[in-house]
Amino acid sequence: MNAKITRRHTLAALALAATALSPFAAHAEDVVKVGVILPMTGPSASTGREIAAAIKLFQEQKGDKAGGKKVEVIIKDDTGVADITKRLAQELVVNDKAAVIAGFGLTPLALAAAPIATQAKVPAVVMAAGTAIITEASPYIVRTSFTLPQNTMPIAQWAVKNGIKKVVTLVSDYGPGIDAEKTFVATIKENGGQVLESLRSPLKNPEFAPFLQKAKDLKPDALFLFVPSGQGAALMKQVSERDFAKEGIKVIGTGDVTDDEQLNNMGDAVLGMITSHNYSADHDSPENKAYVAAFEKANPGLRPNFMSVGGYDGMALIYAALDKTKGDTDGTKLVEAMKGMSWTSPRGPISIDPETRDIIQNVYIRKVEKKNGQLYNVEFETMANIKDPFKAAKAAKK
Amino acid sequence: MIDTAIHATKGGESRAMAYFAERAKWRWPEFALWIGAFALAFLFPSRALLFNEVAILALFALSLDIVLGYAGIVSLGHGAFFGLGAYVAGLLAKAGAGAGLFSDPTFGLLISGIACAVVGYITSFLVLRGADLTRLMVTLGVALIFAELANRMAWLTGGADGLQGVMPGKILGIFEFDLYGRNAYLYSLTTLFLLFIVARKVINSPFGVSLRAIKGNALRAGAVGINVNRRLNGAYTIGAAYAGVAGALLAQTTAFVSLDVLDFHRSADVMLIVIFGGVGTLYGAIVGAAAFKMLYDLLAAATPQYWQFWLGLILVLLVLFVRGGVMGLVGGLYNRLTGKGGAA
Amino acid sequence: MLTVLFDGLAYGMLLFVLAVGLSVTLGLMNFINLAHGAFAMAGGYIAVVMMQRFGLSLFWGLPVAFLVTAAAGAFLERTLYVRLYDKPHLEQVMFTIGLVFMSVAGVDYFMGASPQIVNVPDALDGNIDIGDVSLNKYRLFVIAFCAILTIALQLGLSKTRFGSRLRAAVDDARVARGLGINVTTIFALTFAFGSGLAGLGGALGSAIFSLDPQFPLKFMIYFLVVIAVGGTTTITGPFFASILLGVADVAGKYYTPNIGGHKIQIGGFVIYTIMVLVLIFRPQGLFGRAQGK
Repeated sequence: MNAKITRRHTLAALALAATALSPFAAHAEDVVKVGVILPMTGPSASTGREIAAAIKLFQEQKGDKAGGKKVEVIIKDDTGVADITKRLAQELVVNDKAAVIAGFGLTPLALAAAPIATQAKVPAVVMAAGTAIITEASPYIVRTSFTLPQNTMPIAQWAVKNGIKKVVTLVSDYGPGIDAEKTFVATIKENGGQVLESLRSPLKNPEFAPFLQKAKDLKPDALFLFVPSGQGAALMKQVSERDFAKEGIKVIGTGDVTDDEQLNNMGDAVLGMITSHNYSADHDSPENKAYVAAFEKANPGLRPNFMSVGGYDGMALIYAALDKTKGDTDGTKLVEAMKGMSWTSPRGPISIDPETRDIIQNVYIRKVEKKNGQLYNVEFETMANIKDPFKAAKAAKK
Repeated sequence: MIDTAIHATKGGESRAMAYFAERAKWRWPEFALWIGAFALAFLFPSRALLFNEVAILALFALSLDIVLGYAGIVSLGHGAFFGLGAYVAGLLAKAGAGAGLFSDPTFGLLISGIACAVVGYITSFLVLRGADLTRLMVTLGVALIFAELANRMAWLTGGADGLQGVMPGKILGIFEFDLYGRNAYLYSLTTLFLLFIVARKVINSPFGVSLRAIKGNALRAGAVGINVNRRLNGAYTIGAAYAGVAGALLAQTTAFVSLDVLDFHRSADVMLIVIFGGVGTLYGAIVGAAAFKMLYDLLAAATPQYWQFWLGLILVLLVLFVRGGVMGLVGGLYNRLTGKGGAA
Repeated sequence: MLTVLFDGLAYGMLLFVLAVGLSVTLGLMNFINLAHGAFAMAGGYIAVVMMQRFGLSLFWGLPVAFLVTAAAGAFLERTLYVRLYDKPHLEQVMFTIGLVFMSVAGVDYFMGASPQIVNVPDALDGNIDIGDVSLNKYRLFVIAFCAILTIALQLGLSKTRFGSRLRAAVDDARVARGLGINVTTIFALTFAFGSGLAGLGGALGSAIFSLDPQFPLKFMIYFLVVIAVGGTTTITGPFFASILLGVADVAGKYYTPNIGGHKIQIGGFVIYTIMVLVLIFRPQGLFGRAQGK
């Protein structure tokens, strides 16, 4: 599908070059370039594919014009390696004169590109990475994905409300995992709960069994899980082996674990699992129904997940900002335009916090259920307009 | 070669000296290569960032070539020194915060190099014994332990988020790292060039010749009075220091260090590049790094999802039809061009 | 405690089936086949396709995975690998890494980048409780299956004519050749069989850890650890090495020793520390013979 994107762009570029020669041609300044850096290969490839597909879909649906200008998307593969992300960001800004850079599949990748955004005064739209601190790395970073504390706090509150006292946490040992762990542990402790053990599994590890066994042996009321998009299936496979339900241990987590992209393959073992997250492909709204239908039509066999929505909304934000500045591509003006922007996304109502440039959105508590023979995260409770708790706490201290 | 080594130690000095002088002589393609490399900064300023990456990779590959191609130590953990150098330079730049001696990039290079030399020397004792596979796995194991340590010591290294706030100062207090990457490239390339000259001198010195004697046959080299272990310690230490400087260059020119610098794929990639370029040729490391990176850039631009397939195919074909990697290919062409005949 | 041992055993057994082919081919032809993991991945994906596209159970996936990867191994050995035996080690490394890259991208092209999930047959789903210990049926099956396989391999090596020829060839290929043993054929068969075992291991393992196109790269290190620690001259060496590593890895993650008031997770260190220590004191591997090649 990506080959198609590039081919289309080559064609577009050729067409542009041809028309540039004629007196009626659009000027080169009438093109706004958006440089998207994603992991298209390597361990995080599925993140990149989802986002690339969503961006393509967005442009097919909304056309390629915003603020009176033609929007051209350039997708680059950073293979998930930070110094390549940084170089690509630099090249996109310097060589391609990209007005906006976007994408960023993992936290270190976003952080590596942050100085470029600051130095070049180019907005960087984070469509995937979820560690809270990212937006603080540069005044030009705007996020359309989510933050881990944002997605974690609601499930912790839900756990407290549902009489869960003793917990064990198991997260992947890297930025977002630690964010999730800290948020969950803090919320539980504030409410008089007890954290028996906080386990961290190496990011690149196929074997969760010992951690799960340990969690089981500690006999908590609930086990909280977080792993990044793409690892949920392996984790849930091993969770189902342990038969936590029989010991009366509830398995809960963030929606990353029951990632829509893989959920259907996880089997009935995940039925009934409770998670909190910002997006479910099952979200009940006309916008989402249309989105899911169009996405699945364009990408047979692939269900849109939260990563794709981050990409789709990122494009929506860029388009809206360009409309607002009437095509002015000055980075500072674009970021100003993005601040406070609010719209209805497939995931529900969202807005950009003018203070932190981070996303404010509803977080939903969901339960895995079977619908028409397919597994879905079915939302049953909404926590409205959640700001990133990490930055909110910081602001409160000041 | 071994004969020469003996002569060098036992008196036939004039002959040996003549031999070294002949070997050490610069040839015109070498001048062309370096002049071309510097010219690139001005001919294609828009690709300076890519060239910078190539220069750093070339230095890293050069460091492995000294260890692998000359000392014959198969290391799949060379990234340990690259990563260590990157963290040392990154932490120094962070401590300097844009001003003072600590933030001076050249000072950072020096300290990183020294730190890696020390660690390299200590770990070199681990790789003296055993066959290729053993050394491969010991070096790999050490590198993985390093990576895990960096992950655990998040208070120092920033853990999985990466080291934030790396702000290298001006180079020698004059040149600033610009957004276009030209100064970065010239800085990395100059470092590469200077260290290359040193490496070339070392390789053509009696020490270098004795290394090749050891690689050819360690038992025999020992029998003619070469202290095999000490030579290997030395070569490994030099290689470690070079790798540390390469890592430092990466940290300084990208103003960022993440755990990725210690990842297994760095060690594997650089080994692949040295083989790809041609083992034990010094230039193979540089040409290999350039060819590999350019190839990757071209393929990834053409097919961002499936470039790995074509890269793999090229590696496979290269092994099947060419001996000695890219340098084997180039050497053959050069000999044909200069009428020397015979494959290199 | 017992459960930890049990999990480690299952993990180690699986590692053994995955890696034994690599160990034997390395010992036999002194050929470094880093693409071994690609055969394991192929086996896993064959099982996935059989189950998802044709709705067959994993029990059918296992033999098919074995046969298809063995055939693929034989084909590649005859057409490609055979040209490389006299090349330097490093060129073999580059060649096989090239194959790994091609397989990674190829699988990605046909199957997508997302991890595939294999569902355990109903009969093996769930746990068996023995006293306090709750054992997963599938892991039990893996252990039993691999144990039988190991015994069969060991018997095959020691009792059959082919086995003794193979052992002779591993000991000294040149002398074996001189005695009229057709080393080339033995090697081709061994290679095919080893690849088949890797495929079988991949199919078995796919129900425990998820399968994605990065598989050959992810597991390359583990394979190398097994053969480095176990040595390449026997199959008992890699067997014990696999078990040791499996148990050590699992136990290392389970126990978080309390050092200075902090719980320290040692999981990330255990395997590699063991390996480095073993190799420092016994460079030929824990079970290797001192005068190896």
